[in-house]
Amino acid sequence: MTSTNPTLSPAGGMSVPPAGPPAARRPSSRAAETRRKWYEIIGLTTPAVVVYVMFVLVPMGFAVYYSLFRWRGVGPPTEFVGFNNYVLAFQDPIFLDALRNNAIIVFGSLLIQGPIALAVALLLNRRFRGRTVVRLLVFVPYVLAEVTVGIMWKLLLTGGGTVDALLKQIGLGNFVQAWLADLDVVIWTMLFVLTWKYVGFAIVLLLAGLSNVPPELTEAAAIDGASWWQTQRHVTLPLLGPTFRIWMFLSMIGSLQAFEVIWVTSVPAVRSLGASATMATYMVDNGFFARLWGYGNAVAVILFAISFIAALLFQRFLLRRDIEGAVTGRRN
Amino acid sequence: MAMKHRAGATLALLMTTALLVAGCNGGDSEAPAENELYKNPVTLTWWHNASQDGPGKTYWEKVAKDFSALHPTVTVQIEAIETNQLQRTRLPAALLSSDPPDIFQAWGGGEMREQVEADYLKDITGQVKDEVANIGSATEIWQVNGKQYGLPYRMGIEGIWYNKDMFAKAGITAPPTTFEELNQAVTKLKAINVIPIALGAGDKWPAAHWWYNFALRACSVDTLKKASVEPVFDDPCFVKAGQDLKTFIGTNPFQPNFIATPGQNDPTSANGLVANGKAAMELMGDWNRGTLETVAEDKQALTKFLGWFPVPAIAGSAGDPKAALGGGDGFACAKNAPAECVEFLKYIVSPEVQKGFAETRTGLPVAKGAEAGVADPALKSILEATSSATYVQLWLDTAFGSTVGSAMNDAIIAIFAGNGTPEKVVEAMKAAAKK
Repeated sequence: MTSTNPTLSPAGGMSVPPAGPPAARRPSSRAAETRRKWYEIIGLTTPAVVVYVMFVLVPMGFAVYYSLFRWRGVGPPTEFVGFNNYVLAFQDPIFLDALRNNAIIVFGSLLIQGPIALAVALLLNRRFRGRTVVRLLVFVPYVLAEVTVGIMWKLLLTGGGTVDALLKQIGLGNFVQAWLADLDVVIWTMLFVLTWKYVGFAIVLLLAGLSNVPPELTEAAAIDGASWWQTQRHVTLPLLGPTFRIWMFLSMIGSLQAFEVIWVTSVPAVRSLGASATMATYMVDNGFFARLWGYGNAVAVILFAISFIAALLFQRFLLRRDIEGAVTGRRN
Repeated sequence: MAMKHRAGATLALLMTTALLVAGCNGGDSEAPAENELYKNPVTLTWWHNASQDGPGKTYWEKVAKDFSALHPTVTVQIEAIETNQLQRTRLPAALLSSDPPDIFQAWGGGEMREQVEADYLKDITGQVKDEVANIGSATEIWQVNGKQYGLPYRMGIEGIWYNKDMFAKAGITAPPTTFEELNQAVTKLKAINVIPIALGAGDKWPAAHWWYNFALRACSVDTLKKASVEPVFDDPCFVKAGQDLKTFIGTNPFQPNFIATPGQNDPTSANGLVANGKAAMELMGDWNRGTLETVAEDKQALTKFLGWFPVPAIAGSAGDPKAALGGGDGFACAKNAPAECVEFLKYIVSPEVQKGFAETRTGLPVAKGAEAGVADPALKSILEATSSATYVQLWLDTAFGSTVGSAMNDAIIAIFAGNGTPEKVVEAMKAAAKK
């Protein structure tokens, strides 16, 4: 196909208008300069801002608005109830169970995935035969679709299923649990599946961070007689800090919004008893399935507020140095 | 200075957005339907839930094509959508946006009552008198305040599907007709080391249906009819239903870990246990013939051993022993749908089309004259039991609407899990009615 676009040069690149002589900075052209700068800013940001406003801010506004109504999704919302939906949510023991489960997932993910990812990343950063294959395998669970992972583990963990059989084969028959049916066990099963699914992401992120550690530093440390462990402890890990904190941030937000894997792996009855519900599954169960649209919106707003506050606190205290000047103001 | 610029830009942006949003909503007023049928070309959009490839989906395509052949001015545009998606998100959103499909799936009961109150549906009472007479009392489920808003094409009562071979092996000579006999059968089946009753409590509703049946036995027909219209639930029979259920669960008739067992669709489900000869009984609706077959490893064996009997009666209870729980599928026309929509609806429930539907074996037909399409002996016994039932109560979660229904099912599941009480079920229903 030949291009007929006149702005394309025969070489395929964009033709650049000939650069004029640098404009003299006379005081009278300052206003024009400012105006030009603003046109540029508006021109470049408008598409993104319009999309953001239309598909993020406006729906958020609607969610807050609807959350103030007793509304079952039939006809327009008319019965204004103020903050009653929010009160109802915090009075519902199942919602409190969902909050607790989210907390378990947030802290469980950080405490389990963090050390594992760090250890594996340090290991995979060394040269050895088959490193690429191992790296690939580690990342596979993350690439798989959530629903696929959910169905797979549901089948593996079912009573008398593969996991139970495997445990019995290796003499750990006593450890067999009703993984998906025991109401006290199921949230830990969910945490395990989530860990299996997302630890690969942490590892890859940390590996990328490790590749940014200048080899000169580790070489210098080696020349100074530092052991491999000392090098990691005093050179690599401190330089990995920013990457690690970003992973913690992403993991925390993801954990607060955990939905797909739990929705698929855990059956509705176990969710509705509070054993495996998260805020997000609770929202869908109540908003769509119990047809409490106003209430569902209130839960959505609570989920948003919790995630937002957690994100702000995290940025304020842990990410402060990493994102200085980009998100926060410049420190003078 | 910069602040001022920014404010101006923001304002302009907001105005643009507002205009865009307004543009999306405006200019959508449809012309009212033509008075004269089949004069002008019309397109009917039809949303149904036979979304999986199979006889059901193919049959509706044929029905649409046949109707267009009969009436060349009418084009039917089908969209097949999975039930949950259709019922929970697509239909409510389409109805809210005042651009709904012309003819769509309707389950009757509390949900239809709400749709009628919001003025979404076409009153078809005058046009479908003959069809209502031919279908009979099943049409009541698609009525609100005595007016007809939809018609069923599938309807059946629920009962217990059982394994005849296991019953013979355990020495059970006749299907139980009372709960005492059912309890004895459970004991006998345990003795031959099979699961007496498979239960898909994981999906909630299969377990909740046991409570519904205890309520049907404990409550008078009048109490149930009143509860569907007025969500009060003060009658002590609703607590009694929970107590009876608790006693029944106490006899351990179900498989272990039933709380996480799904109802249907995979070999680990309650359906799978029955279809593959691991469990002897299952409480389920008329569609079970088809869903059992999809998970059965040996379909011929299934056809041979499968039997069906109505839910047993409870001696000395207030309920009508010949009453049954049931439900069905139907279609309704949107308020502003063209008049051809009603004609299409009438065509769908005509005996000829109904007979073809029965032959797909995806459910039991409702129209008289379509019985010949039902060949399976188990389905035939349901058809007989349905017509001899003195009263058919719609599934309670459908009858009470999704909100009360969902809270009720959750509270019943808690009884099954061992941390609920009969009183809490009624409390949850009352609280949900106010939510």
